[in-house]
Order: sequence, then C-alpha cells, then structure tokens
Amino acid sequence: MWQFILKRFLLMIPTLLGVAAVIFLLLRIIPGDVVEAKYMSGEGQGQSAVVIAAERAKLGLDKPVWHQFGIWVWGLLHLDLGVSMWTGSPITEEIELRFALSLQVALMATVFATLLALPLGVIAALKQDTWVDYAVRVFSIAGLAMPSFWLGILMILFFLILFQWVPPMVYTPFWVDPWQNMLQLIWPALAVGYRYSAVATRMTRSSMLEVLREDYIRTAYAKGLWLKLILVRHALKNAMLPVITVIGLEFAFLLGGLVVTEQVFNLNGLGLLFVQAIARRDYTLTQSLVLLVASAFIFVNFVMDVMYAWIDPRIRY
Amino acid sequence: MASTLQADAVVDLAAPRPHGGWIAASVDFSRRRPLGAIGAVIVVIMIAVALTARLIAPYDPLAIDFGAMLAAPSATHWLGTDAFGRDVLSRIIYGSETALVVGFTAAFVGATAGAVLGVGSAYFGGKIDLVVQRIMDIFISFPLIILALAMVAILGNNLPNLITAITIPMIPRCALVIRSSALSVREMPYVDAARAAGFSHSRIILRHMLPNVMAPYLILLTAFLGQAILLEASLSFLGLGVQEPTPAWGLMLSGAAVEFAEKAPWMAIFPGIAISLAVFAFNLFGDSLRDALDPKLRSL
Repeated sequence: MWQFILKRFLLMIPTLLGVAAVIFLLLRIIPGDVVEAKYMSGEGQGQSAVVIAAERAKLGLDKPVWHQFGIWVWGLLHLDLGVSMWTGSPITEEIELRFALSLQVALMATVFATLLALPLGVIAALKQDTWVDYAVRVFSIAGLAMPSFWLGILMILFFLILFQWVPPMVYTPFWVDPWQNMLQLIWPALAVGYRYSAVATRMTRSSMLEVLREDYIRTAYAKGLWLKLILVRHALKNAMLPVITVIGLEFAFLLGGLVVTEQVFNLNGLGLLFVQAIARRDYTLTQSLVLLVASAFIFVNFVMDVMYAWIDPRIRY
Repeated sequence: MASTLQADAVVDLAAPRPHGGWIAASVDFSRRRPLGAIGAVIVVIMIAVALTARLIAPYDPLAIDFGAMLAAPSATHWLGTDAFGRDVLSRIIYGSETALVVGFTAAFVGATAGAVLGVGSAYFGGKIDLVVQRIMDIFISFPLIILALAMVAILGNNLPNLITAITIPMIPRCALVIRSSALSVREMPYVDAARAAGFSHSRIILRHMLPNVMAPYLILLTAFLGQAILLEASLSFLGLGVQEPTPAWGLMLSGAAVEFAEKAPWMAIFPGIAISLAVFAFNLFGDSLRDALDPKLRSL
C-alpha cells in the first residue's frame, strides 16, 4: 500500500513539471511581452528602444527561453514564486487576498452543491424512469445548460427589479464583517453551485443505479434488512466514491475557473486576476496562477486514486 | 474481406439508410426515450433556424436604428431592441448560426482528433501509450476555460481561431475516454487477423478499431457540442471571443446588456435563454443516446 502511495505520489512530479513547461511555452508564444504591453498603452508610449531593452534585461526577458525556465523552476523548488512582472510585488502577495475570495466561493458552492445533489441523485436512482426521475434529470441537465454567468445576471436583475437592491460590489473579508461578506459571496456561490450540483447529481444517480443492481444489495433485501439501512449503509456508502471524485475535481477547477462569473459580480478573484495577467503578458503571475490551479487538480486526483485503492482492495496499480 | 465488412459498418453508422430502417429506429427511440426525442426536436429546429436565418429574421441583425433604442418587446420588435436599436430576435436568429458553426466544428474536430489519438495510443501500447497518456494528463490539468483563454491570446480572435481555441482543450478529454474503450477492442481477434493479413497500422486504427468505439465517440460528441457552445458564449461574454458587430449569444449578454439590465431586461434574458435551450437540447439528446447505446457507461 505504502509503496503504491509513494509511486503514485512521485508520478505527480512529471505531470506538474509538464504543466509548468506547457504554460511557460504557451506564454512565450503569445505575441508581445510585458514590456510592450506596458509601453504600448497609456503614459509610457513612445519609449526609446534603449529603455525597452533595459527593461527587458531587468526582467530577465533577454535570456534564452530555457534559461528563463530554469530560473523559474529553481525558484519553485525553493517555494519561491518570484515577483509579478507588471507590478513588481511578490506573487504570493498578489494572490493571497484573491485566493481567499475564490476559495470561499468555491467552498460555499461545494457545500450547496453537495447538499442538493445527494438527496436528488438518490431519489432519482430509486425512482428510475418515473416522473420523479425525469424531473430530477431535467433539473440537472438545465443546470449544465445555463451558463453560470447568465444565472448571475438573472439574479442581479431579479433583486434589482423586485427589491431595488444589488448585492454589495466591494469585497469585505469574512473576519471583518461576516454578514456583509456573505451577502456578497452567496450569490456567485449559488450561480456556480447550480451547475456544480448538476454534475454531482448525475454522478450520484448513475453510481447509485449501478450499486443497486449489485448482488450484495439483493442479499441485504433478502435478509429482510430495513430499507433505510440498506440504502445508507450498503448502497450509498459504495456509490459515494465516484461522487466524491467529481466533487473534488469540480472543486479544484472552480478555484480558477470562476473567470466569467467573477466578472458579473465584480469579484476580484483568481479568475479575474488570470484574465488581467494574460492581457498584460505578466508571465510570472500567469504561470503561478495556472500552476496553482493545476496542482490543486493533480493533487485531488492523487488523493482520489489513493482512496480508491484503500477502500477497494481489488484495485492495485 | 474483413475490411469491406468494416467499411460497411462505418457507412451504417454515418448515413441514414434510405429504406425505413432509420425512421423505424427514430420512432422506437422517441417512444422509449421521450426526453431524448424532445432534445432532438429542439436541435433540429435550431439547425433549421440557423440555415434559414436570412429568410426568417424580421430585420437585418446589424441594422442600427437610433429611433428604437432599448425598445421593449412589442409587435414590431418581438423581443425588443438593444442599445443600438438592433432587433434582438434577429440577432438571436443569426446568432444561432455562429453558435452552431462553432459548436459543430469544435466538437467534431475535437472528438475525432481525440478518438484517433486515443485509439492509436491503445493500439500501439507500451512506451507510445505511456508518453501520450502523460501528455494528455498534463493538458487535462488545465481548466477548460483557462486553456481556451490562453489559446485565444496566442491565436488572436477571429472565428476560425476561436474554434481552434475551443477544440484543443476537448482533444485530451476525448482521448482519455476513447482509449479505455479501445484497450478492449485491441484484444479482439479481428485486430490480430488484420495484423496477420499485413494491413498497415493506420488502416487497422482507422477502419477496424475506430468504428468499434463509435458509442463512446457519439456520446462525447454530443456532450462536446453543448460544452463548445457554452465555452464560445463565455469567451464572447469576456470580450475574447466573437467580436462586434457579429451576432453571437454570449456577446449579446456582455457590456450593454448588464449596464442597461434594469431598463431593458430583455437584452439580458433572451440571449441567455437561447444559449441554455441549445445546450439543454444537446445534453438531453446526448444523455438518452448514452442510455440507448451503452447503459454501463458512466456519466462523463
């Protein structure tokens, strides 16, 4: 078992390194760099070539690409993300507050999605091919279909027209004023949570359907076990793994994938930061952000694989 | 001999049979899966609308009319007008063209490229398989929208580039699923027979193995259709996708639609309904198709 965990853990390293290399190269392919982005717009326009070259040299952009990559990875190994090319302040500082915001929204969305998805999925599976099942399926497919940014617009519209009220547009940290904070973040959490719950509901349903056909469920029935006990202890417990997996993966993606919804609610989260960083050709910041989200995803994957192997002794890789 | 049989199988799946079999199958499908049939009907209507946009749209989608700015829905403008006085209904009708072109091209190319990669990876196995899988792992670790955003930044945002940007993130997702189905196909005796007959690798992959992973391929294709439309809408909403004045649903929701949300809510409501309905229909159809083709295949 420990050998498997170690092996699986080490396998994350080449993937992470690959992600780092891919995003590093992608950014270098994008036309223009941060110095150009700075001087092509606004007050810095029309700088001489000497100044631009000096600026590039200061940021290390004049070095060969492999050298720049080496510097970055070397920094990563020391847990040093470096400084933002645009603002010059440390990237950990740039990310910190926004990460707190995105994490909070993602957590709230997860709680909401799980609470909605589990009962709905189980009921749909138990009443397969009845109107209850159809209703749950239509509800969850609708969740997949509605863009969460549009749902966000609808929410704002609804409050505006009915109550002449808009959610606060300025971020208040939770520890400063929990009420004000919730009042702002609950709506984006609900908007993305609906789609999220749809994914989880569908997985719960199909996973439950599969488990309910297993022999041990029939045995439990035959023993005359109480229906509720069969469902909770025998069926749900075994059906949960794939459900936890999708919830985990969605959560990891939610951290960085809120891009569009953040725009609607005027949230200054990781997604907005990413769009800005890419527009400014802020290589170091973009790289760190992508790596952060990808590591979350890769780590969740790792935990899930280990859990599968741990819970189900038949699985050995 | 084996190859002609395989070729027939491809034709069977790809084209409707002229004599009744196809119609009977559709009727059977609708009776058993009413939700899927509803989805299919909406899809067909949408395709018809997109194809006949020039005939059925009441106004020119680009015609600016300052006399009718932000007009509420009425007999002359059924779904109202936007901040430039452009007819919202006409823009939605023309927008279906954009959405479907992006959706179909991205989903078809993405799923097909992914399928070829997945089948190839499973067929060759060994080191090639390992390397391809690792590369796919890397690309899958990027959230869909982030990879698409990076691609748009690299390629620039005209329509073909936008389609490419949406297609690329789909490929590894498809390759992964198709590979796992192809692994069992590789063990089939007819693959051995084809190899013994001296067929080339590409022929075995394309004509013997690919037709036998059609079920997951079709399911992925319909799932990707919805995702591609959503992704295009999201990118256009951010201002990084389709550019003004081209009518596109996501674009119609951005900017003025939010600004004038209180005064002209129809600008924000109707394009969103169009997006949701389109994706809803594709998913509904795809879901039932999945149930029909392979009851054991899990949700994607």
